[in-house]
Amino acid sequence: MGETTATMKITYREALKQSIRDALHQDERAFLLGEDVGRYGGAFAVSKGLLKEFGPDRIMDVPLSESGFVGAGIGAAVGGMRPIVEVMTINFGLLAFDQIANNAATLLHMSGGQINVPVVIRMGCGIGRQLAAQHSHSWEPLFAHIPGLKVVSVGTHEDARSMLLAALKEPDPVILFEYTAMLNLEGETSTDFQPVDLTHAKIRRVGKDVSIITYGAGVYKSLQAAEALAQAGIGAEVVDLRVLRPLDDKTVMASVSKTHRALIVEEAWQSVSISSEVSARITEQCFYELDAPVRRLGGVEVPIPYPKHLEDGSIPQQEQIVSATKKLLQHD
Amino acid sequence: MMGNEVLTTDALQIDRELGQQLLYQMMMVRRFEEKSAELYTKEKIRGFLHLYIGEEAVAAGVMHYLKPEDNILCTYREHGQAIIRGIDLGAIMAELYGKQEGCSKGRGGSMHLFDTKTKFYGGNAIVAGHLPLAVGLALADKKMKRKQVTCCFFGEGAAAEGEFHEAMNLASLWQVPVLFVCENNLYAMGTALQYTHAVTDLKTKALGYGMPSASVDGMDLTAVLKAAKQAIKTVRESGKPFFLVCNTYRFRAHSMFDAELYREKAEVDEWKKRDPILQFTKYLRDHALLSDDELKKTENRIEKEIQTAVDFAEAGTWEPLDQLTRFVYSDPVKP
Ligand SMILES: Cc1ncc(C[n+]2csc(CCOP(=O)(O)OP(=O)(O)O)c2C)c(N)n1
Repeated sequence: MGETTATMKITYREALKQSIRDALHQDERAFLLGEDVGRYGGAFAVSKGLLKEFGPDRIMDVPLSESGFVGAGIGAAVGGMRPIVEVMTINFGLLAFDQIANNAATLLHMSGGQINVPVVIRMGCGIGRQLAAQHSHSWEPLFAHIPGLKVVSVGTHEDARSMLLAALKEPDPVILFEYTAMLNLEGETSTDFQPVDLTHAKIRRVGKDVSIITYGAGVYKSLQAAEALAQAGIGAEVVDLRVLRPLDDKTVMASVSKTHRALIVEEAWQSVSISSEVSARITEQCFYELDAPVRRLGGVEVPIPYPKHLEDGSIPQQEQIVSATKKLLQHD
Repeated sequence: MMGNEVLTTDALQIDRELGQQLLYQMMMVRRFEEKSAELYTKEKIRGFLHLYIGEEAVAAGVMHYLKPEDNILCTYREHGQAIIRGIDLGAIMAELYGKQEGCSKGRGGSMHLFDTKTKFYGGNAIVAGHLPLAVGLALADKKMKRKQVTCCFFGEGAAAEGEFHEAMNLASLWQVPVLFVCENNLYAMGTALQYTHAVTDLKTKALGYGMPSASVDGMDLTAVLKAAKQAIKTVRESGKPFFLVCNTYRFRAHSMFDAELYREKAEVDEWKKRDPILQFTKYLRDHALLSDDELKKTENRIEKEIQTAVDFAEAGTWEPLDQLTRFVYSDPVKP
């Protein structure tokens, strides 16, 4: 990552919280609204303590009414505020889907460019806490399907610390996905927070033999897999997409053109997914660079089951990334 | 929070057998959940676990008047309803474990208990997600000329959702037999009623839909019984919906992940004085319907039954991983 700047250990949760704090300090138009963000302390304790620091006008508890409060957030953004709307988890995001797809994503277009919607909508998402079929969704692809939205995925501590701040500078709606299974995970970030951009994918590890392209909860898993692959003498490059819409083709194609092999890893159901899209683009844009067919490793096509072993079995694990990569390399 | 209680004048006939049966149900739910909490800390049960402790009189009172053919839909806080409905206790515990002997084959866990044999349609974990379903089930019954009631439980938090209002309107518009039971435990996770509803007298929400409604002290089983009797009778006879608000309180945290920052312990203690099980035990004693010996016997019976259920869950098996993609599509119908 960075040079030899000072680093600090921070949990993913704390990084997210500090980003919200910074956002509220930096811009007095910014406020957080969502279910249980205040008195409860945040469903995942991300906003714990912020009510005390900023008061109930800026840390607003709202009723259970996802369509209502997300719509209100969109309206407030149109009205000149910088709302950070927290949808507790993506699982309830579909109740607000109409507001997001039919208002946030379209107002600019329908008004012929007159109305922009600078709203940031944060959603916890992901699999891995045995929360069963209704609470384990990876619906990033659903949102990434929609023109008018900017869709970003927080796969690292660095992004947890800085992506929100970048999102608030955007003139258009940003859907920001956070991964609840990573909240307690400690990681290193530099102490002087470099602003991040919301346009580029990022090479998280350089390698020459194969590109592992991923996002969200796939990033650290792929990095671990790359570590294991390095032991076997395989140099895996890990590309964190970060921005799921619009995709940064350039970074992806440059990596694939260098390694000539691509494995795409995601937790979302594999059909009609981000990996489908990336795979199609690689084929369209750098087919002749490939030494092997693109491979994908995505979620198994099943509602996520409650038991641990079945849940684990329904998403790609590190060992599978390792073995899929090895297979890909034998395919000369 | 009390006040506004609407009770019928119907005299309630509670004899020794019925009284002890109801007490047994509430105590069973309580003990089962205390055991579940213990098993959670031992990591036998994982994921979300929402306890009903404190609210037992609502399920026991309302469900007493339901018939086997009536439909029931619940939230993720549904162990009480599942037990009272008579779903096999071992199958419930096995489901909490995630074993394939569970009532949902282990796939659902605590929040998704299903049992079509007893017309128990879940365990839904999207707040208010099951209300439109309830209307649809009742609509089907109406179309097929089945004389059934659909009983739908949900929290006061759910009553802020659009789906609540849409379901109330549809049920009334279509005149279908749904009993909407709002378990008002005063908190939606950590957000109190006054922060989520502009009008906190919840039963008045039915007015806009032309639906009859009532509210009742949900900590008092006898009061719930009276109100439920009247409400279910109304639904059954009229074929139309009814909105019943049961004012109650959850003694435990929202789920096992809740640090309870939003309420004072003193408040909880105050409500615990109105513990529905203590109140009803006292009622039975005051009316000479329960002896010490009988109470002891009931306690022992419950301990044994729970132990059997836990043993069943422990002995249960994990579904093989190679069956992961089962239950995604129906098996082809055999000719
Ligand atoms: C649509 C939706 N939004 C948010 C949640 C997260 N959540 C689960 S339970 C709950 C509180 C619900 O409160 P209430 O309806 O009063 O029922 P209670 O839990 O008190 O029984 C919330 C916010 C959810 N499951 N579904």
